[in-house]
Amino acid sequence: MLVPLSWLKDYVDINVDPDTLEEKLFSCGFEVEEKYEVGHDISNVVVGYVKTCEDIPDTHLHLCQVDAGPHGEFQICCGADNVVAGGKFPLALIGATVYATAKDHKTVEGVMKIGKGKLRGYESFGMLCSGVELGVSEDMYPGAGYNGLLVLPEDAEVGADVKPILGLDDYIFDVSITSNRPDCQSIFGIAREVAAVLELPLKMPALDYTETDVTIPFSVSVDAQDLCPRYSAHYVYDVKIEQSPAWMRRRLALVGSSSISNMVDITNYVLKELGQPMHAFDFNYLEADAINVRRANDGEKIITLDEKEFTLTNNNLVICDGKKPVALAGIMGGLNSEILDTTSAVMFESAKFAHDNIRKSSKALGQVSDASARYTKGVDEYTTVMAMKRALHLVEELNCGKVSATKFDINTGNSVEPFELKVSVKQVNGVLGITVPDEDIVRILTNLDFAPVLEGDELTMHIPAYREDMQTYQDVAEEVIRMYGYEHIVPTFIPTAEVTMGGYTLRQKREIKLKNALCAAGAYEGIHYSFFSPSDLDLIRLPEDAPERTAIKLINPINVDLSLMRTTLAPQMINAIARNQKKGILSGRIFEMGNKFIPKSLPLTEYPDERETICIGAFGEDEDFFSIKGIVEVIADALDIKFEYEQTSNTFLHPYRTAKVLCDGKEIGYLGQVLYEICDELDMRVPAYVAEIDLRALTEYYGKDRKFTPLPKFLEEKRDFCFVMDKEITCAQVEKVIMDSCKYISSIELFDVFEGIQLGINKKSLAFSVVFTPKDEEFTPELIDGFVKKILKNVEKLLGATLRV
Amino acid sequence: MTELNELSEKLSAIKQEIKNELVNLTSSKSVFEYRKNIMDSKTGKIGSLMKEMGKIPKELKADYGKKVNEIRNWAQAEFEALDNKLKEAEMRAKYESEKIDVTLPAKKLKKGNLHPNTQVRNQLVDIFGSMGFNIYEGREIETDYYNFTALNIPQDHPARDMQDTFYLSPEYLLRTQTSSGQVHVMEEQKPPIKIVSPGKVFRSDDDATHSPMFTQMEGLVVDKGITLCDLQGMLDVFVQKIFGEETKTRLRPSYFPFTEPSVEVDVSCFQCHGCGCRLCKGTGWIEILGAGVVNKSVLEGCGIDSSVYSGIAFGIGIERVAMLKYGINNIKNLFESDLRVLDQIDD
Repeated sequence: MLVPLSWLKDYVDINVDPDTLEEKLFSCGFEVEEKYEVGHDISNVVVGYVKTCEDIPDTHLHLCQVDAGPHGEFQICCGADNVVAGGKFPLALIGATVYATAKDHKTVEGVMKIGKGKLRGYESFGMLCSGVELGVSEDMYPGAGYNGLLVLPEDAEVGADVKPILGLDDYIFDVSITSNRPDCQSIFGIAREVAAVLELPLKMPALDYTETDVTIPFSVSVDAQDLCPRYSAHYVYDVKIEQSPAWMRRRLALVGSSSISNMVDITNYVLKELGQPMHAFDFNYLEADAINVRRANDGEKIITLDEKEFTLTNNNLVICDGKKPVALAGIMGGLNSEILDTTSAVMFESAKFAHDNIRKSSKALGQVSDASARYTKGVDEYTTVMAMKRALHLVEELNCGKVSATKFDINTGNSVEPFELKVSVKQVNGVLGITVPDEDIVRILTNLDFAPVLEGDELTMHIPAYREDMQTYQDVAEEVIRMYGYEHIVPTFIPTAEVTMGGYTLRQKREIKLKNALCAAGAYEGIHYSFFSPSDLDLIRLPEDAPERTAIKLINPINVDLSLMRTTLAPQMINAIARNQKKGILSGRIFEMGNKFIPKSLPLTEYPDERETICIGAFGEDEDFFSIKGIVEVIADALDIKFEYEQTSNTFLHPYRTAKVLCDGKEIGYLGQVLYEICDELDMRVPAYVAEIDLRALTEYYGKDRKFTPLPKFLEEKRDFCFVMDKEITCAQVEKVIMDSCKYISSIELFDVFEGIQLGINKKSLAFSVVFTPKDEEFTPELIDGFVKKILKNVEKLLGATLRV
Repeated sequence: MTELNELSEKLSAIKQEIKNELVNLTSSKSVFEYRKNIMDSKTGKIGSLMKEMGKIPKELKADYGKKVNEIRNWAQAEFEALDNKLKEAEMRAKYESEKIDVTLPAKKLKKGNLHPNTQVRNQLVDIFGSMGFNIYEGREIETDYYNFTALNIPQDHPARDMQDTFYLSPEYLLRTQTSSGQVHVMEEQKPPIKIVSPGKVFRSDDDATHSPMFTQMEGLVVDKGITLCDLQGMLDVFVQKIFGEETKTRLRPSYFPFTEPSVEVDVSCFQCHGCGCRLCKGTGWIEILGAGVVNKSVLEGCGIDSSVYSGIAFGIGIERVAMLKYGINNIKNLFESDLRVLDQIDD
């Protein structure tokens, strides 16, 4: 929120410089996001008195002698049509900074430094300036909008800095206000805090006015009191629509509000000053002498001031006259009752609307205004009542209308008087952990206008009605410490707390172990969004009835690409691989450990299953099916379990290079090479491999005990076998037959695969090293021979494989 | 006597022959072969000399043996010397032939890193774990009640506007803060409670410093007599471990619906140590986390007696710490799995 220092000074005699004020606001909870001098780009511009002014023949230029008091007298070449001898104008001295303008003299193109110039052969030692060149608009200083020189008052002191004259020495504070303090969403609201933190008296804005005895027949009713707890209206007549006075236009300009006419400006001024949105209806356009606040009828229409038409629903609140809607409550007035130059009487409105309703309506209709933004944050009734008085005072001050005796204040009985709050000082200090001296507590709360009375441990306060946030001792503690100063907090380390055992759970430990193991296997951990795109499901060619297509939808996603909760981690991994390849990285390994989301019902009526899953991606000419299989094995090794693999097929993986992963016979995932078609679709240059493992299914193995197996006491025996068999027989089949043939086998390792015409058509050979580990006694050669024979016999019988000769 | 003279002559001849031959040997291999040849006990010119001993008269045997030994020792020494000389040359030649350019690139080992978020998360969790905190991982999909209502943010509360929430149904949503886990913990456990809760959170926000998904870590202590001083003390320890021992904290008032008082916690800039630099935008302080004393209505909502127990809580953005600590300038870098990014951070 923009707060001009000059405006704040109406209510507090601020006795500190802007930097100190910024610090003070910051320390009590109001961060100043930006602070700047209004004329921060302007320097060395002084009041110049034009002594002589002569036309330069055949040009539009004038050659002037300009007196700048103590700075000297300068020859200035000036093209403005309103330069005149005897006039006082802003003179930018050599070295001054002002705004540079385009040829139209209106568009600012940056800041320039004034140097000695020469125009048509005439030297100029400075520049006489327009309003635009000084960043002063017509609203900020009357006459500044003229496309020529800005005319300074006759009594301006020659040679004096122009900044104070033009208000350029004012400061603007852009204050950020937390959502618990809607009462500070105004200049006066901030002034209250400034007065409290600087411990200075607060001056109230003038609220007085005189009612005439004029009355008119009129009625105000509120049908929707749940959405409108307070509605005040006041009839003002003999209205003269004119331009607002300079001071009001200037203030509105400083806070970014443009001046329209005195009546409209008054409502905007009160909004900025007190934080209460107000509205003025042109009385002559209100039909049937009535106002009613009600929910809109479904399908009812209104055209707002900005000439947009809205079709309303029962959820929208409208202000109606006796016949039709005349305003979208809290958002914007209707075009049909707009204040015009011809307006001669108005009905002022100051109301409190339920902020949630305004928020929803404003969002649903896509219509935002200063008023709706303000209502959304919350308006208090204290201010609603005060604002009407302030507006009526301004009507009188601006002499633009007469305040009648016809007025209405419909309310639900809420008091605008201070409310009582009792707390224990011990409890307040108990929150803080320090003991703030009683006198400081009383002083701080007095400054906040809480009227504290301390009796023993009991603190009784009368909280102003605008402080709706004050409810408990914790709220009081915060008020005390933010004013007392957080630097008084003494760090302690939970001395009263019981000792607790902390640290990771078994599951957390195992997950960290898995991640580290995967890193050691050369994979980088990636993290992808928990939501993905419907097109990701198409990318992996899932059929219409695939369970993965039953995904939870976001109602309000940022865009369609982030609109589904993921049901598989693979597509994002494939996309990540493609992105890397596009950047020229042609080899790498990535893994992700994250959740996929399996709904138990749609739409959600209970928590969905958030399943921890590991996804692995590998790509590059140096990778193949077996290298990603190796990474999957890392998971098994880390958990000290065994995986088995079976050939399978899958919609997005190579028809012959895909396996399902089993653990204890249970399918827990898959791995394989990504289809070439998908690689082409994503412009990949090297093959890609993906694996996905259901980590949740492995949690039952997390607690597996690690036991040491003593080294063998007797010598192990190793035998190599090379079998010839049908091509279709898998390595796993052979291994199983070998393993089942002898209980002493401790390892079987494949060391060669060969296919060649010499073996016969559709034949291949597999060579294994088999290790026999003795248990209780040493093997005899005869025993080993027995093992070997048994293996040969089983392999031949069960698989038809023979020893290669 | 003549036998001895003959022998002397024969030995001289052998000696001369060996001398002549040695000059022609140029490799240790040929020395080995020649030596084997000469020393062979059956056919070797020196090796076979002892075979002759039988023919030598008894009285001359001693002299004969002596002379044969002499020439044998001489020959062995000659062979040894030549062999050493040639071997040395051969080694030198071998080394010479294996000359390399040591500045050629190293053989690349496959390497991987934990994600920067995980690295920061592990560091944070380790610190709090050692202080007796348990780690609680909540759900990513939450109900409106746990994410908002139970945290003192009722339906029409303006604080709901502070966070743009992704809804999945009128009741279910993507959690906007890990604070949602607080309530589950307080419902399930009785004080004393000390937990940190790291996890993914979601807000409808998308620019260079905001990502629609990011990571927070919530901390919560509930016990008897817990105060704002404890909050600062705990956070002091934490920031010193993460950002260095000289790091200081500064509390300033703020607002979160579930804490009262609420504070923003700034740390003294760990780059310029408070002098003012680009990282801290010249202020000497960096905003790092939000915290406060748990609002008693939140405690009571979870069935905890606020007249006996009080609590402190904080929430920190993991990406924010990662970006500050490692100088990452765009949060998007963290979610794209670009290996050029992931390769850089190995803390």
